[in-house]
Amino acid sequence: MEITAIYYLIPALIMFCCGVYGFITRKNMIAILISLELMLNAVDINFVVFNRFLYPEQMEGMFFTLFAIAIAAAETAVAIAIIINIFRAAKNIDVRDLTKMKF
Amino acid sequence: MESVGSIIMYVVVALAIIVFSVLAVTTRKILRAATYLLFTLFAAAAVYFMLDYEFLGAVQIAVYAGGIVVLFVFAILLTSKPGDKSEKLASKSRTLGLVGAIAMAFVAGYSLITRSMLLLPKPEMDAPTMQNIGEAMLGTGEGQYLLPFEAVSVLLLACIIGGVVVARKR
Repeated sequence: MEITAIYYLIPALIMFCCGVYGFITRKNMIAILISLELMLNAVDINFVVFNRFLYPEQMEGMFFTLFAIAIAAAETAVAIAIIINIFRAAKNIDVRDLTKMKF
Repeated sequence: MESVGSIIMYVVVALAIIVFSVLAVTTRKILRAATYLLFTLFAAAAVYFMLDYEFLGAVQIAVYAGGIVVLFVFAILLTSKPGDKSEKLASKSRTLGLVGAIAMAFVAGYSLITRSMLLLPKPEMDAPTMQNIGEAMLGTGEGQYLLPFEAVSVLLLACIIGGVVVARKR
């Protein structure tokens, strides 16, 4: 059995679809953020797989993933700061109950 | 032809990615979801190691598994009591989510399996050494990334300040 690119892309696709499902159905803001991380990570895997299998002499996909990881870390930190601030103001982080942006 | 060991390794990693990412979005305890996310990120790091990108795998473990998941756990413990369960999903939103995810998997999966170029075997590659990575990261020539590197450092600074300003007590 030869492990080709498709063998890595299918688990990444399933991971992305799990992220989509969680993003639509979960109500807790942190759970939504976790689904978002799943989607980001699936895309990172795709970049690396395409780099490795199609253009092995270059490093573009790897560097794109490196910068994507750094930006995802920054984005998560700011999002969690916002969530904690919302929790302090509204005592709740359920997206259905957060109907007022001004508090 | 791959060795038996690498096939076993691949099967374990692929199963871990699928099972843990499904569990991360279906479990009702939020702290468990964060733990399953951690396992999924470890499996992704294992994929990077299997594809000979050792540096990337190390970054994945250090930043994602070491940094982001810890941040998630802190935020979960600050915003909910341990043992809290999210309530059962309304069947309408669950149907909507399932339809969206499955439709997407179907369309993307179909377009993936009809591409014959994705069935080529893994080409030979010299794993990028630390010297290659460092030169590419800090050079200004073609295929080198000094400007994005500096932009990310400014972004991280802005993110630190923004996080402190947003989350501080007034």
